[in-house]
Amino acid sequence: MSLNDFNPNEKKDTRSGFGAGLHELGKRDDRVVALCADLTGSLKMNAFADAFPDRFFQAGVAEANMIGMAAGLTIGGKIPYTGTFANFSTGRVYDQIRQSVAYSQKNVKICASHAGLTLGEDGATHQILEDIGLMRMLPNMCVINPADYWQTYNATLAINEWDGPVYLRFGRPSWPMFTTKDQAFEIGKAWKINDGSDLTIIATGHMVWYTILAAKELENHNIKCDVLNIHTIKPIDENAILDSVSKTKCVVTAEEHNRHGGLGDAVAQVLAMNFPAPQEYVAVNDTFGESGKPADLLKKYGLDVSDIVAASKRALARK
Amino acid sequence: MSDIKQLEQLASQIRRDIVRMVHSMSSGHPGGSLGCTDYFTALYGEVLNYDSSNFDMDAKGEDVFFLSNGHISPVWYSTLARHGYFPISELSTFRQIDSRLQGHPTTAEHLPGVRMASGSLGQGLSVAIGAALAKRLNRDNGIVYTLHGDGELQEGQIWEAAMSAPHHKIDNLIATVDFNNRQIDGDVTDVLSLGDLKAKWLAFGWEVLEMEGNNMESVVSTLKHAKTLCGKGKPIMILMKTEMGAGVDFMMGTHKWHGVAPNDEQLAQALEKLEETVGDY
Repeated sequence: MSLNDFNPNEKKDTRSGFGAGLHELGKRDDRVVALCADLTGSLKMNAFADAFPDRFFQAGVAEANMIGMAAGLTIGGKIPYTGTFANFSTGRVYDQIRQSVAYSQKNVKICASHAGLTLGEDGATHQILEDIGLMRMLPNMCVINPADYWQTYNATLAINEWDGPVYLRFGRPSWPMFTTKDQAFEIGKAWKINDGSDLTIIATGHMVWYTILAAKELENHNIKCDVLNIHTIKPIDENAILDSVSKTKCVVTAEEHNRHGGLGDAVAQVLAMNFPAPQEYVAVNDTFGESGKPADLLKKYGLDVSDIVAASKRALARK
Repeated sequence: MSDIKQLEQLASQIRRDIVRMVHSMSSGHPGGSLGCTDYFTALYGEVLNYDSSNFDMDAKGEDVFFLSNGHISPVWYSTLARHGYFPISELSTFRQIDSRLQGHPTTAEHLPGVRMASGSLGQGLSVAIGAALAKRLNRDNGIVYTLHGDGELQEGQIWEAAMSAPHHKIDNLIATVDFNNRQIDGDVTDVLSLGDLKAKWLAFGWEVLEMEGNNMESVVSTLKHAKTLCGKGKPIMILMKTEMGAGVDFMMGTHKWHGVAPNDEQLAQALEKLEETVGDY
């Protein structure tokens, strides 16, 4: 498969991939229950709620209580999926997740929509850019940030098989669909999108599509990129990162997150411990977001395709 | 009455355990532990349905207890050990390195009897609601019990849970508040008063009972009465009046023994008041 094979003509939001995956899970596994904090429509949880009313719990605007209820539901063998915006799924309830879920080793799936800048017009109060870092730091927590509709759908199914707490991060905007329903999703295993020897670009979430576009542009300038999709930020696929960077000798990371604590730092940690190499970050530069259209915000905050291309050139120059 | 006498004798032993555990590491929370000793003794001795020889996280077919105010772990650990969850000798490891008896209860060390970490306050009622919902879905007749401090009710999450339980028609939940009007910085009425607690829980839609928490007969009869109210569409809240430090005279009447351990001399004084009934650990 080459980069030119990615020509998606359909777009869907990743949150809808979650909603469809949750509905499918409800049919497959009656241990699955869902809780939502007054955002059922935004999280696309209506299909599950309508089909399985006994297994759906409306928590109201009371996120701390929702996380506690989810932890309690595991006692008795349920597999709870909580749904609210990423900001209210992490920062608002950090201590509840820390004590009642992560430290207590409860099999709760914390599902978070509207992550990052691409939430758009609601602005900075709702655009959390710190959530990957917060959740990565919790012992026992698995952190997953899928890239498109089908990858979110498949991740939603996959985390049901993972015995332990998971943070699943997705978003609001319609986004190109470039993975397929039958594409395997293995937690902790990177997806190698393209082979190249000059440079490694590692991306997660919505930035994977922009990375594919950037890699195509770089290819036009005869720069061949290894492109890795790290959808599982914790546990991270160290082998895939080291196999690639030991070949290319430099790396760019791209994420819709603060440059502190996210994918870039996770990759840097792997490299610092094993194979130090020049790294450039495409990430939000330690600031809050603002209202605007998703594409405009990505551009303003340095997360555009051209920013990945520029970072790639800087990384190459440091080899 | 003989049952009550036996429970009181066990409570005396548990109080000895508490002061000895806290003294041994010069660390822990004796005041609330002593105040709630009669509740724990009655709950595990007369009320709760459990199998301590075969601890199972899912508690299918059993009752479940959550300690939300985790700092009174000494009374829970002693009660669990005295009812066969783990060896009584293990009480000597309380708060020591490599112990399963952490300062605050945890599942991380796989101590039988503990199903949820607690210590950061205000979380246990939400967890209990979830466990009660799981029992409903599983058609499991077990009842979920929780204990909370009164200072803990200052946490906002408690009131989210207070709204939530009646909304979801939880009626297999018996929560109890240790209403001793003491918290670390002083009297609850001085630190952040709770107002009319009974009226608040009633207004939230709970069935509210009151009991004298340091009177074994009152505790046993109230807990048994609470069980008969289960299955009637409402969660149950018991406001339990206790005396912090109950059973050790110099620890009573003050908040100062909330989180302070007795020295050697104070331990000896405390043990003089508490009869050794079934043997020290």
